Amino acid sequence: MKRKRYLIMNLIAWLIGLVWLVPFIGVLMTAIRPLDELLHGWWNFESVHFTFRNFSASWNHPTAPLSKGIINSLKVAVPSTVFPIIIATMAGYYFSRYRFPLKKFLFTIIILTLALPQQMIAVPVFQMLSSMGLIDSYIGLILLHTAWGLPWITFFMRNFFVTIPVSIEEAARIDGASDFKIFLKIILPLSLPALGSAAALQFNWVWSDFFLALITIYSPDKLLATQRVPLMRGVYHVDWGLLSAAAITVMIVPILVYIFLQKYYVRGMIGWAMK
Amino acid sequence: MKKSKLSHFLIFMAPALVLIVTFVIYPSLRTIFTSFLDENGKFSLKNYVEVLKSRDTFDPEGFSRGFPLGTLLHNLIWIAIHLPLTISLGLILAVILRKVKGGNILKSIIFLGMVMPMIVGGVMVRFMFDGSVGVVNGFLRIFGIEGKTWTAYPDTALFSLIFGSVWLWTGFSMVLYSAGLETIPKDFYEAAAIDGATPLKIFFKITIPLLKPVTVVVTIMTLLWELKIFDIVYVATMGGPGGASNVLALQMYTYAFRELNYGKASVVAVILTVSTLLASIPLTKSAGELR
Repeated sequence: MKRKRYLIMNLIAWLIGLVWLVPFIGVLMTAIRPLDELLHGWWNFESVHFTFRNFSASWNHPTAPLSKGIINSLKVAVPSTVFPIIIATMAGYYFSRYRFPLKKFLFTIIILTLALPQQMIAVPVFQMLSSMGLIDSYIGLILLHTAWGLPWITFFMRNFFVTIPVSIEEAARIDGASDFKIFLKIILPLSLPALGSAAALQFNWVWSDFFLALITIYSPDKLLATQRVPLMRGVYHVDWGLLSAAAITVMIVPILVYIFLQKYYVRGMIGWAMK
Repeated sequence: MKKSKLSHFLIFMAPALVLIVTFVIYPSLRTIFTSFLDENGKFSLKNYVEVLKSRDTFDPEGFSRGFPLGTLLHNLIWIAIHLPLTISLGLILAVILRKVKGGNILKSIIFLGMVMPMIVGGVMVRFMFDGSVGVVNGFLRIFGIEGKTWTAYPDTALFSLIFGSVWLWTGFSMVLYSAGLETIPKDFYEAAAIDGATPLKIFFKITIPLLKPVTVVVTIMTLLWELKIFDIVYVATMGGPGGASNVLALQMYTYAFRELNYGKASVVAVILTVSTLLASIPLTKSAGELR
């Protein structure tokens, strides 16, 4: 009786799981099989051949080569991860350890900005960057991503620092260490797991960003990876082989980050959402 | 808690504040300001009247004719379908997959929907509902039903995107619920089982009430996501056909960067922001607990 119930539960779970598995298999099959085999659906396995033509075609696409997009995206995503993490970690530490005027007000503002849609800043930011000559420039986009990432990382790191007992720092202070030295030598090493979580999430979000790139970057050779995906669609009919290969190429980077930093990623996601 | 010196403030806090104020706070205030200006730069509610009266936002004729119903209603429909589905699916999956062989692998695969860029997510959705390569039609064909490209018709475009986005987002609630389940002490279940409670009763009387804090968080985060939805619609249908799957965020983009009407675009942005702020009120409570 108990065994039967266990089997049924496994069956139901894997049937539900198929709903998630099948589309992934479908996109992969569409990308790696030649067009004439797909005419009756990628689920036809009468004759199966594999080809990497779609991957090389999207990688070297004549008008929107993905190779360039991937490099461009890395150029934006790496600094847009490093800068906000440095700045926000310091701000988060400050919130967790010091008393200062307007503290509650500033913290409330930071929490409110967490809910803000990017559309709220789009037009003024576009105008500001234009007047600074930073439109269609990665510096402008990196500045935007840095500022946009600061509130959540500050909030996230503060919540982490609150859990570190102050007594450790007080011992160092008695030995004559300055506040900044304590932060660098004691707090930062203790924060590596939290920093890992913040980095994994921020990197993937910047990599995945579409809207900010859409409104600030427009030169064809500067377009980021996510911006090139819609360009692969074709005008009159969708070339599914090409589009599937492009989709896989663009999602592989965040998926690798997720696989290698899974523990940090999931913990970060939970910490980001809760408390 | 130490009292801060000015030098501490300048080193630790000032860089973050300067950037947030310059690129987040100030632009937001300017968007509010712009929404209240007419073309002569005078204060007026003209933009609000125009946007709220526009068929883009709300189209009452849609009730008799069919889609589009306007972005405001589209976003509401999105919430009405997507929120209950992702929350219940996520909870059920979190509970079931804990006890199933290979459950962790399935969890990882379901969570992939959240890890991929949403622009790729939109391609996946478009793929699933496609006429020839689509999985949905492949499934229907088993029962002898010949489908269509569901995203290309006004009456099915929005629903396709919504169900596709359920597929993408369920991993989020599932992962949070999984973490929540770990915090429930085993004794609770054992005690209930000794008292002869059925699994269903345990689920409704113990699991659901104890997971309430998780449900609150998941609800808020999901609401924010549904209100801000953009990439998926942009790549899968561009809001079409004929606006049948348009949403607020995309409407704002079209007004601002296609029609170059900053006044109307700002109004849509303000409407969007007011809704997200209302949805996130419970989050601000944690600021109140601050010492």
